[in-house]
Amino acid sequence: MGARAGDGVFLGARALSATFAEPQAIDLDHVSVRDLNRALHALARSTNMTSWRVLNPAGRHALAVGLDAPVEVEIEGHAGYYCAGMNKSARVTIHGNAGTGVAENMMSGRVHVRGDASQSAGATAHGGLLLIDGNASARCGISLKGADIVVKGSVGHMSAFMAQAGTLVVLGDAGDSLGDSIYEAHLYVRGRVASLGSDCIEKPLRDTHRAELGDRLAQAGLAGQVDPAEFRRYGSARQLYAFHVDNAGSY
Amino acid sequence: MDNSPRTPPRFSATFDAATLAEIRRAAATGIYDIRGAGTKRKLPHFDDLLFLGASISRYPLEGYRERCGTEIVLGARNAKTPVVLKIPITIAGMSFGSLSAQAKEALGRGATLAGTSTTTGDGGMTDEERGHSTVLVYQYLPSRYGMNPDDLRRADAIEIVVGQGAKPGGGGMLLGQKISDRVAAMRTLPKGIDQRSACRHPDWTGPDDLEIKIEELRELTDWEKPIYVKVGASRPYYDTALAVKAGADVVVIDGMQGGTAATQDVFIEHVGIPTLAAIRPAVRALQELGMHRRVQLIVSGGIRTGADVAKALALGADAVSIGTAALVALGDNDPAHEAEYQALGTTAGAYDAWHEGRDPAGITTQDPALAARLDPVLGGRRLANYLAVLTMEAQAIARACGKSHLHNLEPEDLVALTIEAAAMAQVPLAGTAWIPGQGAL
Repeated sequence: MGARAGDGVFLGARALSATFAEPQAIDLDHVSVRDLNRALHALARSTNMTSWRVLNPAGRHALAVGLDAPVEVEIEGHAGYYCAGMNKSARVTIHGNAGTGVAENMMSGRVHVRGDASQSAGATAHGGLLLIDGNASARCGISLKGADIVVKGSVGHMSAFMAQAGTLVVLGDAGDSLGDSIYEAHLYVRGRVASLGSDCIEKPLRDTHRAELGDRLAQAGLAGQVDPAEFRRYGSARQLYAFHVDNAGSY
Repeated sequence: MDNSPRTPPRFSATFDAATLAEIRRAAATGIYDIRGAGTKRKLPHFDDLLFLGASISRYPLEGYRERCGTEIVLGARNAKTPVVLKIPITIAGMSFGSLSAQAKEALGRGATLAGTSTTTGDGGMTDEERGHSTVLVYQYLPSRYGMNPDDLRRADAIEIVVGQGAKPGGGGMLLGQKISDRVAAMRTLPKGIDQRSACRHPDWTGPDDLEIKIEELRELTDWEKPIYVKVGASRPYYDTALAVKAGADVVVIDGMQGGTAATQDVFIEHVGIPTLAAIRPAVRALQELGMHRRVQLIVSGGIRTGADVAKALALGADAVSIGTAALVALGDNDPAHEAEYQALGTTAGAYDAWHEGRDPAGITTQDPALAARLDPVLGGRRLANYLAVLTMEAQAIARACGKSHLHNLEPEDLVALTIEAAAMAQVPLAGTAWIPGQGAL
């Protein structure tokens, strides 16, 4: 599995092209994930090395995690678990599928999955935008804390479980138990919802919600292509916010 | 009057007074009992072990002349910057939210004075505790309340919490009375709700995922921080082995005497195993993997005295953690507040309604007036005093056993007073060579 800490990092000429005019290319066939993340963590927020390409990701885990600079990172293939985890400011694009927990706990910036995403996409994310062109598996947006997630395909079961804040926009369908035990996150689904989880109900799509949804669609580059009026809104019934014996059957 | 002999009223051992009262309470309210603290039942514990001391075959160290080391290094397995502590007694994770900001500051001050670490909790890191704690362990919990990469990087170690001794398999709980504006904002929750945290991590399941999660956390922090894995004591042999396999630098095992801010009484009293029963299986797992002393073992749950510290270390732990005892050192359950405990329907020593936020000692509360009663500087001093006593007591025992460092204490220094303790601690029943249960986990 993954890289181990080591001394004497060498980002050789084959692995890292160091001209400023073109993207910095890091080839994971030649250097380790540790080397990649070390190089990205070394960037100051004012860096002018703002364009990076990661070659041969080959499903490796923890790619481009913990970034804290406004840089663009293109991952040229499939990513493993936790790609772009805890991202701040950076714009990370995965030209392939993403494994479990893509953009987990993202704080800001933007993560774009061109393929499908596995489980727990955007888990606990506090801010920023996670855009998934394909489908997302189970628990998409679990414990969401303020980020925006737009999924062009469908999401799996238990998505937005205990979601606290932020928005989840699904252009396709949602699996079972959508929004189970949800707090104050806003869910918008255009397709069919297999079932709603405990304390999650359909709510009216008012003008403020249409505006919010329109904004998220625009951020996803879908302005004018998708009509917000086609979506239904789901959120918390707030019936389980306080312990009460009469709610025992809902748990 | 009939003077013939009669059977006197006889109470049932099964349906005793407490049981009957709980049935009546349940029938009246329809809700289970929620409370703070750890198990209150009598369990096999460190009190059931004794040290043998020196004799003809072992010679002791001079109590006030010869050095008995107490320092400890945690996390050197993988971390570039291991945690170095002066004493093997740390402060367990307790959240801002469950505790007042003053109490968290006092814990940080006391730990810092004593040269040890304190730990965040299920509610994120506050500037107060970071500022007043030289060594701060940042908990990574299923809820991820307030989790962010900046706090991760300003922590000295990361503790992935899988479970805690008071409730292995249960998530955090904080009732509405304590969800103040600040607590709500830190946790991204509506003010005043009854918060019930997730019990499973949102983005990993099982030991293979945990290995990848640990790799991510190491990459996030450039392999600088020790990574602890904390579990409630239930299957310590397997949990320890799996945590080591997943890459943990430190394994924390919390026995069922470990406290909680708020949990169902039935959970506290009936799930998990005693601290005494958890240490040897964990140590055995480490030894079988060749990792004993390379991956450190921290044991918590019911540590009260230097004797408890010495016994835990003799059984193979590298360090212990205290939570409840630290709160008592700050003033929890102090008889000085007896009139107020009485007004709350309890008495000093029995107060466990920590979830209600009305703590007269100002510790388990978010009420500004109550919280202001705790002076963080004085509280820190009291905690440092207590930690010093624990350390000196453990050293006194270690020297009597001829040990120049607390870590040199060993199971051979111990005997058990009861068959149960002998089996759980895998040391002989006093006066015999009998260790029951050998070969079992």
